[in-house]
Amino acid sequence: MDFDLMREAFPKLIAAVPATLALATVSLCFGFALALLLALMRVSNNRFLSAFAYGYVYIIRSTPLLVQMFLIYYGSGQFRSFFEAVGLWSFFRDAWFCAILALSLSTAAYSTEIIRGAIQAVPLGQIEAARAVGMSGILQFRRIVFPIAVRLALPAYGNEIILMVKSTSLASTITILEVAGVAKQIISNTYRPVEIFVIAGAIYLSINFIVSRSVMVIELWLSPHRRAERAASPVSSAAGH
Amino acid sequence: MKISKLNILLATLAGAIVLAGPAAAEDRKSITFATDATYAPFESKDASGNLEGFDIDLSKDLCSRAKIECTIIEQAWDGIIPSLVAGRYDAILAAMDINAEREKVISFTQPYIKTPIRFIAPKASSLPQYKVGLDDLTLDDVSPEERAELEKLAAAFDGKKVGVQVSTTAESFMTQFMPNVELASYDTPDNMILDLNSGRIDASLSTLARLKPLLEKPEGKDLAIFGPNMTGGPFGKGTGIGLRKEDGELRERLNKAIGEAVADGTIEKLSMKWLGFDATPKQ
Repeated sequence: MDFDLMREAFPKLIAAVPATLALATVSLCFGFALALLLALMRVSNNRFLSAFAYGYVYIIRSTPLLVQMFLIYYGSGQFRSFFEAVGLWSFFRDAWFCAILALSLSTAAYSTEIIRGAIQAVPLGQIEAARAVGMSGILQFRRIVFPIAVRLALPAYGNEIILMVKSTSLASTITILEVAGVAKQIISNTYRPVEIFVIAGAIYLSINFIVSRSVMVIELWLSPHRRAERAASPVSSAAGH
Repeated sequence: MKISKLNILLATLAGAIVLAGPAAAEDRKSITFATDATYAPFESKDASGNLEGFDIDLSKDLCSRAKIECTIIEQAWDGIIPSLVAGRYDAILAAMDINAEREKVISFTQPYIKTPIRFIAPKASSLPQYKVGLDDLTLDDVSPEERAELEKLAAAFDGKKVGVQVSTTAESFMTQFMPNVELASYDTPDNMILDLNSGRIDASLSTLARLKPLLEKPEGKDLAIFGPNMTGGPFGKGTGIGLRKEDGELRERLNKAIGEAVADGTIEKLSMKWLGFDATPKQ
C-alpha cells in the first residue's frame, strides 16, 4: 500500500462527493414523486392505470441500470435529429441529464413497489374507522393512509436510498466525474487501483453510514409510540429493530 | 454447484501456482499477450468473433521469429497495466505508446511503429478550418514557436469540449498542455466517436494510425482530421509492447524480433495493410 499516494488522492476524491450527492438526491426526489404517482395508479381500481404502472415497474426492475443508462445516453445520440426536432436535444446532450433521468426512472420503479406494499399494509380497521367518522376518500388518504404508509415504508425506502447512492457510480460510464469516475481517472495516471478504490469505497461507506443513521432517526421521530417504549424501558432500547 | 465450485477452486490454485513459479525466462516456451479489442485497426474482432488487426498479425510474426508460442487474451484498457503488474499475463500488445509515466510502472520493448497524433472533428464544424502555423510539434522540449502554436490551438478549443479515452496519452497531453479546455473521458474509443458524431463533444484526438482508417468507415464519413502532427513528450517514443520490469530476458528476445521485422520490411508491409501509410519507426 502506497500511503503517500492515498494521502494525495484523498482530497481529489472528496472533491467529487458533491457530484455523487447531487446525482443521488436529485434522482431520489424526482424518483419519489414519480413513484408516488405510480403507486397510486398501481392500487387504483382502474385496470388500465394499474396495468400500466405494473408494466413500467416490471420492465425497469428486470433490466440492468447500466443498460438503461447506455440506452438513454448513447441511444439519444443516435436519434439526435429526432430529439432536435422535438426540442429535447439540449437536455439529452448533457450527460448529467441522462444520468439523472436513468437513475430517477430506476429508483421510481423500486420505490413504487415499496410504497404500494406500505399502502396495502395499512390496517383495514384504521380505514374503516376513518370511513365511520365520515372522512372523504382524499381526506382519508391524506390523514390516515399516507402517514401510516410512510412509517411502514421507511425501513425499505432507507435501503433504496443506500442502493441509489451506490448506483450513482454507474454515471462514471457516461463521462460524469463523480467519486467512481474520479477514482478511475486517478488510477489511469497512477496504475494503482487498490489504494484508490480503498479510499473510494470508504467514502461510499461513510455516506451510507450517515444515510442509514438518518433514516433510523426519522423512523423513531415518526413513531411516537416507540419513543415512549424506549423511554419506559431504557435497558431494552439497544435492541432496536 | 459442487462441481463448479471445485472447478473454480482448482482454477484458482492452478493460477496461484503459475504466478508463484513463473518459468525461468530462458526456457520460456510460451507467453500470453493481453489486448483490448476495441481499437481498430490495431485490434478488433471480425464478424465471427476472432481477433484481427495490426497487432494480431504482428504477434504471429514476432512469435515465430522468437520461437515462442503465443496466446492473446482480452483485457479492458483501464486495467491493462495493473493486471500486467499483478501477473495475469506476460505482455501488453495493445498499440500502447511508450511514455515516461508508464515507464515508471512497466518496461517496454523498442517501438515497433511511430505515428503522429492528430485532432479530429465533424466536417461541418469550424474546427477543421483551423490553420496550422507549424506542421510538426515535437513535444519533448517545447520551443517558443511550438508554445505559440499550442496556445493558438487551445484558443480554437475555447468553449468547446474535447473527448479523450481514459488512461491514454491523449488525456495526459490535454491535461498537461491545454489544462483549460473542457474534457470528457470515455472508456472505449467507439463510445467517444459516437459522441463526436452526435455532437456531445466537439473534437477528439488520436493517433493518425487510427484516424486515417476511421475516415473510410461509415462512422467517420462526416469527420475530418486537422491540426499539427504531434509527437514526443506525453505521446512518448512510439508504440511498443509492455512488459513487467523484471522480464529483461523476454524484452531482449522481443526487441531482437522487432529489430528484424523493422529491417526486413515486415512492419512496413503490415502498416500499409492495416493503417494505409508507412509507420515504421525511423531511427
